[in-house]
Amino acid sequence: METNVAAQGTGSALPGAKRRMPPEFSIFLVLIGIALVYEILGWIFVGQSFLMNPQRLTIMILQVAVIGIIAVGVTQVIITGGIDLSSGSVVGMTAMFSASVAQASTWPRALYPSLTDLPAIVPIGLGVGVGLLAGFINGQLIARTKIPPFIATLGMMVSARGISKWYTKGQPVSGLTEQFNFIGTGIWPVIVFLVVAIIFHIALRYTRYGKFTYAIGANVQAARVSGINVEAHLIKVYAIAGMLAGLAGVVTAARAQTAQAGMGVMYELDAIAATVIGGTSLTGGVGRITGTVIGTIILGVMTSGFTFLRVDAYYQEIVKGLIIVAAVVIDVYRQKNRKKA
Amino acid sequence: MTLSPTTMAAVRASGAVPNAEYLLNVEGIRKEFPGVVALDDVSFRLRRGTVHALMGENGAGKSTLMKILAGIYTPDKGEVRLKGADIRLKSPLDALENGIAMIHQELNLMPFMTVAENIWIRREPKNRFGFVDHGEMRRITARLFDRLKIKIDPEIEVRHLSVANRQMVEIAKAVSYESDVLIMDEPTSALTEREVAHLFEIIRDLRSQGIGIVYITHKMNELFEIADEFSVFRDGKYIGTHASSEVTRDDIIRMMVGREITQMFPKEEVPIGNVMLSVNNLTLDGVFRDVSFDVRAGEILGIAGLVGSGRSNVAETLFGVTPASSGTIAIDGKTVSIDSPNTAIRNRMAFLTEDRKDTGCLLILDVLENMQIAVLQDRFVKGGFVAEKDITAACEEMSRKLRVKTPNLQERIENLSGGNQQKVLIGRWLLTNPRILILDEPTRGIDVGAKAEIHRLVTELARNGVAVIMISSEMPEVLGMSDRIMVMHEGRVTGILDRAEATQIKVMELAAS
Repeated sequence: METNVAAQGTGSALPGAKRRMPPEFSIFLVLIGIALVYEILGWIFVGQSFLMNPQRLTIMILQVAVIGIIAVGVTQVIITGGIDLSSGSVVGMTAMFSASVAQASTWPRALYPSLTDLPAIVPIGLGVGVGLLAGFINGQLIARTKIPPFIATLGMMVSARGISKWYTKGQPVSGLTEQFNFIGTGIWPVIVFLVVAIIFHIALRYTRYGKFTYAIGANVQAARVSGINVEAHLIKVYAIAGMLAGLAGVVTAARAQTAQAGMGVMYELDAIAATVIGGTSLTGGVGRITGTVIGTIILGVMTSGFTFLRVDAYYQEIVKGLIIVAAVVIDVYRQKNRKKA
Repeated sequence: MTLSPTTMAAVRASGAVPNAEYLLNVEGIRKEFPGVVALDDVSFRLRRGTVHALMGENGAGKSTLMKILAGIYTPDKGEVRLKGADIRLKSPLDALENGIAMIHQELNLMPFMTVAENIWIRREPKNRFGFVDHGEMRRITARLFDRLKIKIDPEIEVRHLSVANRQMVEIAKAVSYESDVLIMDEPTSALTEREVAHLFEIIRDLRSQGIGIVYITHKMNELFEIADEFSVFRDGKYIGTHASSEVTRDDIIRMMVGREITQMFPKEEVPIGNVMLSVNNLTLDGVFRDVSFDVRAGEILGIAGLVGSGRSNVAETLFGVTPASSGTIAIDGKTVSIDSPNTAIRNRMAFLTEDRKDTGCLLILDVLENMQIAVLQDRFVKGGFVAEKDITAACEEMSRKLRVKTPNLQERIENLSGGNQQKVLIGRWLLTNPRILILDEPTRGIDVGAKAEIHRLVTELARNGVAVIMISSEMPEVLGMSDRIMVMHEGRVTGILDRAEATQIKVMELAAS
């Protein structure tokens, strides 16, 4: 541990004496690399450009925007050293709840006939609120009972899926108002994703909330002794993650113009994958929203590229699994090297 | 002639073991850890059929020596002879197979397995189908317990046993290896008087069978009751070996502390102010009881005591890490209820913990993030946003003042030396502008230069009217720095000494009482 860094020290702190490359840079290079590989393969096998196709790129980013919204919350959870497996089910549950108060009076089989044609803010608020509540319960379980986050959110994952099926006895909810559907149209989901990303990028980097989040992930004991109310903070972090999953549920329903109990299945894994690919360490204390945004886009490019090359969907899943494992292996390797250094 | 452990085991099995007078003969052992010499030219002999106590203060080197004997550490230099033959132990298992068994303070039994399974693990008797023969296992366990006069059901799961009974199981396990050497690390620390009596009976029994027992203890009366001989260590050096019938308590204490205080401490007389912290009958059930003391502004109160005396626990309770079961804490005359570190900080207390890595550093974060984390509770934050410029400037000034050696504040704290890490953590607390500063082993594991700087800093803080509580295992540090010294033993305050009357011997007497 007695490295020469200390020995060579100047005796005073010189800010910025050593400029370090932001860690996102290498992830960004990976993204560029993958895109270029597709570009070359595209010309060889399909006879067209992968990148010079704005329509494809738009579809690609739209496909992952919802995952990205979830991943912004998951990133914060993972920075504290936790995990959230419930986000996919929370998407399904909040999609159902919000859609049920977003139906138009013109729809003959409205779930709540007296609650039709409401302004869009009501279903959006309900979806986000239900997500927040689910996350708050996760946080309470983890902070108060000290059960591992894996188990607490696994329970929420199963229960929330059950609630979404129970809510309409498995029936889809359709006939949603134009106003509600609007946030799912065009480029809006991407805008929601980017706004969310910017907000929490700022929150993590420049607010006390962010500093405490990293501190808890780096060393929870030290964080507690430094006066941080660890329990209260964890509840906040999980509630935010739930809220963002709720927002993702609203966007999913609006985009599909309908809600089904099976929405969002496996989204939690995609969100975790995007986070980990983006450089957030599963051991906690390390990670940035910018990395997660790039990780999300990498996921999108991978999927879109496979479709572009007409690779079978089965292979896509197999490769996605490998990439997730590879990202974690790289992280473990990085941690080990760090300790040796 | 150096025998490999396997050869040694074969020799043992053949029964042709040389009948040397000394079971163990250790000479010129040296063991270094990064930055410290734990043992320096240490020798030690264990006679057949005797109980040999190891005595010394915390950090004297007893544990290191014992771990070398048990195969946990390998020495850098020196020889270990087992019954006259040179031996180099590679692992605890290696030691066990050569007849050296160690009973750790924290017992190593598997709670959800039965007593018999725990004893014979890895050596279970098998039936002809290769499955474990539970009947046979029960019989050999019963036979073993008979021999040791232990009354425990071999079929019961270990988790149902009391600490004393677990200890008996550990001893039985060690004996089942037909060990010649048994190492016991403070075996009575968790036992009642009756259990201790039973343990001693077993020890005497084993002794009469020719087994040699290395017995580590802090308790003087035990030494005279059970040990035939004892060796004293101090600061990693071997001081001497005597028969326990030849000496008095005072002789031993003198041997344990008989160093000269050569280090200089920048203690200066500063005006002592009003009582800042007043602690009354503070109790944490099962850990410490009825701790009462005052600390005045500008005063340094040292807390001395052996490991396990409850020193650090008192500090943790004062700071709300483990809130008290009963008793009161008053700051500036007002009774306060401290139920978390957060409320302690709000009462302008600060706590430098004992374990830099476990409860101090945010290792993977940088110096700035490490230093600012406590003060962000109530300063340098506007509307949730951290005032980056101000806090960075404050941290820079602090690291300049404390002379933290780091290329910049963006360096990860884990890349700094121990002394500089400690300075960053001290900086973390000084930024909160504390009135009461609790330091738990502030100079442990750091080099002499940084040590002196920290001592100077503590003195300066006292001069500025901070009430300082300093826990330290280093006697010269406690004696050199403190205005008064509170000594603890087994969760109780055994005395509070004034600077003028405090000597190493007096402190040691109170700590070992």
